[in-house]
Amino acid sequence: MAVPEKGVKLLDFWMSPFGQRCRIALAEKEVEYEYKEEDLSKKSDLLLKSNPVHKKIPVLIHDGKSICESLIIVEYIDEVFPGKTNILPSDPYARSHARFWADFVDKKVYDCGSKLFKSKSEALEELNKEFICILKTLETELGEKKYFGDDAFGLVDIAFAPFTSWFYTFEALGLSVEKECPKLAAWGNRIMERESVAKSLHEPTKIYDLFCELRKKFVDA
Amino acid sequence: MDEEVKLLGSWLSPMSRRVEVGLKLKGVSFEFSDLDVFFSKPPELLQYNPVHKKIPVLIHHGKPIAESLIILEYIDETWADSGIRLLPKDPYERAMARFWAKFFDDKCSLPLAMSCWTEGDKQQQILADCKLNLTTMEGALKGKKFFGGDEIGIVDIIVFCSVYWTEIAQEVVGVNVINEEKHPILCKWMKETVDSNVLKDYMPPREKLFCHIQTYKDAIAALMAVRFGSN
Repeated sequence: MAVPEKGVKLLDFWMSPFGQRCRIALAEKEVEYEYKEEDLSKKSDLLLKSNPVHKKIPVLIHDGKSICESLIIVEYIDEVFPGKTNILPSDPYARSHARFWADFVDKKVYDCGSKLFKSKSEALEELNKEFICILKTLETELGEKKYFGDDAFGLVDIAFAPFTSWFYTFEALGLSVEKECPKLAAWGNRIMERESVAKSLHEPTKIYDLFCELRKKFVDA
Repeated sequence: MDEEVKLLGSWLSPMSRRVEVGLKLKGVSFEFSDLDVFFSKPPELLQYNPVHKKIPVLIHHGKPIAESLIILEYIDETWADSGIRLLPKDPYERAMARFWAKFFDDKCSLPLAMSCWTEGDKQQQILADCKLNLTTMEGALKGKKFFGGDEIGIVDIIVFCSVYWTEIAQEVVGVNVINEEKHPILCKWMKETVDSNVLKDYMPPREKLFCHIQTYKDAIAALMAVRFGSN
């Protein structure tokens, strides 16, 4: 029987906000790992074997065992790699609170955000309103805190961080996060001061360029 | 010891039942507030879950926790030394339990709930989704007695509640969603789980649920159509 390969590998795609969550978590914990960029139009055998159910990135492979779904991966990283920081607090209520808001980001932000990206101009106004509502809810939760985790950068910050690169593109679609949710925008700038976030996120202009390209191909065609 | 544990739920909801089961398996005493959420959102619910406005909500020492899977993890962590483990100790096995719980909730819960309350092409599509996704869930059993291994765990609890409800609803409306032919492994697991532990005792009585669904089936169908639409 083959011995499972030791070490940590991340199967990912450069632009994926879900993959970025894992990169941030691994960086926060100072875990050494091998990054493997997947071609989503031609998925590798390794990806298909490691995530046979969804066939999606990100997948974390640790000592030969694969873990899928970004927030599940982040919690796994927190539990397995002690590091200097904790991604989740130790108190059960605080943990459930963090999970609730990370789940909120999953349920609401990606769905509505990507609808915005794909929508025709007629639908934009309504979607903008809906998205602003979602962002304002998050902003209320953030309040005056430095991070969603209060003083500690944690699960919810990691869950939402990748979407801050999309803010510039939202502006182009008529939604100014800075104007509508100034505290959230300030938090977005603050988290970029963390090395784990700065090196995992892409330039907002790069996201915007890709958005324009995809829009030309699929929406305006 | 009164730890001020209150559950806002509904005897009619399998999501709410999951949490009741979790609390009972841990031997936690709690006050159950059976809310009528069918036609309206009671003020207590809006107060404790303003974001999603849904049951179940667990209130412990006055602090609310919402979303059934999150509540179950909270219960497991808070009463860690009581009753059974809802999630495994090993981090990889925990990740797998979370993965399958999420898969079930994302891909099976709603189709199962909707399967009895739609018609025509939409129903056929939902039934096809149910079949495919339940077959995938069967893969998670992989020769194990329970989803949790030798003992039941969080995945067993959530799947059991949904399957219990679906089996009754399908009898009321005369639709075949789950059967031995389509899902032999799942049905074997269901029988095993019913025979070997207390989960069935924590479900609402079959006749009571059957009668209720039968009496209100038109209203349930209408509500499902409004809530989940035709997308």
